[in-house]
Amino acid sequence: MVATAEIIAYPAAGAALDIEQVSHAFDIDGTELPVLSDVSIAVEPGEFVALLGPSGCGKSTLLRLVAGLEKPRAGSLREDESRITHPHPSRVVVFQDPTLFPWRTVWDNVALGLEAQGILKSQRSRVDAALELVGLSAFRNAYPHQLSGGMAQRVALARALVNDPKILILDEPLGKLDSLTRITMQAELVSLWQRKGFTTLLVTHDAEEALVLANRVIVFSERPARVKADIRVDRPHPRHRGDPYLADLRRQILGLLGLDATW
Amino acid sequence: MSTYSLSDGLPSAAPRELALAGWLKESGSGVVASLAWIAFGLSCLLWDDVGDWSRTHSLGIAAFIIAAFALFGTVGADYLGSAGRALRKRAPWLLALGLILTLWEVATAKFAWLPLPFFPPPQAIIEIYTDDLPKLLDSVFASVRLQLGGYVIGAAVGFVTGVSIGWSRVVGYWVHPVLRFIGPLPATAWLPIAFFTFPSSWSASTFLIALATGFPVTVLTWSGVASVSNAYYDVARTLGAKPSFLVLKVAIPAALPHVFVGLFMGLGASFAVLVVAEMIGVKAGLGWYLQWAQGWAAYANMYAALIVMSLLCSGAITLLFAIRDRLLVWQKGTVKW
Repeated sequence: MVATAEIIAYPAAGAALDIEQVSHAFDIDGTELPVLSDVSIAVEPGEFVALLGPSGCGKSTLLRLVAGLEKPRAGSLREDESRITHPHPSRVVVFQDPTLFPWRTVWDNVALGLEAQGILKSQRSRVDAALELVGLSAFRNAYPHQLSGGMAQRVALARALVNDPKILILDEPLGKLDSLTRITMQAELVSLWQRKGFTTLLVTHDAEEALVLANRVIVFSERPARVKADIRVDRPHPRHRGDPYLADLRRQILGLLGLDATW
Repeated sequence: MSTYSLSDGLPSAAPRELALAGWLKESGSGVVASLAWIAFGLSCLLWDDVGDWSRTHSLGIAAFIIAAFALFGTVGADYLGSAGRALRKRAPWLLALGLILTLWEVATAKFAWLPLPFFPPPQAIIEIYTDDLPKLLDSVFASVRLQLGGYVIGAAVGFVTGVSIGWSRVVGYWVHPVLRFIGPLPATAWLPIAFFTFPSSWSASTFLIALATGFPVTVLTWSGVASVSNAYYDVARTLGAKPSFLVLKVAIPAALPHVFVGLFMGLGASFAVLVVAEMIGVKAGLGWYLQWAQGWAAYANMYAALIVMSLLCSGAITLLFAIRDRLLVWQKGTVKW
């Protein structure tokens, strides 16, 4: 009974994501710098997967590959069986910096995707709905420099969600926010994900954030990144930060990241 | 006004003094400015002119009228709304102007401390504006037309070239060296060749003005487009943007602040070319008027034309800044003109 209710409430709007034996490298002054080495991850539709690893290990590069902004040197990425070669609005990225266009108002920033796809004229209500969703309808005519960091990141989120993405790619979107705003926005992210049902990939370097939000935490090694551990987080939302089960997982993850002595 | 509210809480005799001090602070400079203009009027009327000028009397009367405006405008500023406040703010400048004009009047028309044909008094310049107006207006129209045509062509070509160099590697490869080779050359250096090769002096001057405008506009547009953060392109691409969208809706708006710096620099450069072209080749315009006046030793005409010219140039730049402020409302803390 509960299961059917869930299916009705959260239609599987998310796409499956298959990352198969992906390796990638950068050329820096002629020397090749490997950043990803043989990474394989299969993400189910509607899953919330957190990617955790030491800073600079190549997590963000993996996200760029998933977004289609770059092509991998080896291996393949698939969204619902179709190969990812170019960016597509079904896979939208929210970056660490909100990167709102300063010359556009909040409303025009959120409308960006629909405008780029040439469907804004007939679908203006979607922009209003997305702003409503992040609670910033009152700021529709404001310019980005008039917003606080948290508000700007909310606008960036609305700009992504207005496209009804099948995969939402989050590159440390809460990394630069103060801790209170961060906790509030974590809760908002979970409720958006539950309502919309998109597949979510979240890069973070905060083990607690990963555990509070995700179904699955994938831990990467130092660069070049390899999958070190794939941990299921079997707890319903909303989760309690003090949950001993999560605390136990956290200790385990920090151990994998080489921090066991101090914690 | 704040002094009034401050004085409300104070006991006994203090309020009246404070109120007086406040009044002096707010209207004092306006009153003194008015005195300065009265002094200017008196300086016109008290002594006889050393030369023969027909507008001395009218100028003196006009000075008294301005003095009256300054006095009532600043004293009654509270009843005049924003116009009153604006006048009050500018009262110190009004004072300085009154003093300078008085000094100028006395030093030229009355005691000839400055050698006369070269330093005409204010009334001589007023006389030009009233008696030589048709010719002066013709010159203004000719200059504005020439300047506007050349500037618009130069700005448009420069903008398109700048965007192309910033966006396309191939265009950059071919245009960049040409730009480096020809751009820094002062446009006036082309003057002899341009007047030779173009069918008319008007088209030659338009070309030169366009050239002087185009170079800074091109370079700054290009640098503006080149400096747009890749993050903006990444965002737009993941949202489904095509290349045309990236140019028109990302690169160009992001580069616009740079473009306006280029337009500003181009405007300054093109004024210089305009005046030189009019002095040398074109038989119309303010530059030509200046040259003509110098030929006849009509120094008052020269000063009159110079004043008009500076008003026009400053007006053009004010207009450009107004357009910029309208288009770039999203920017905070831009330079005010």
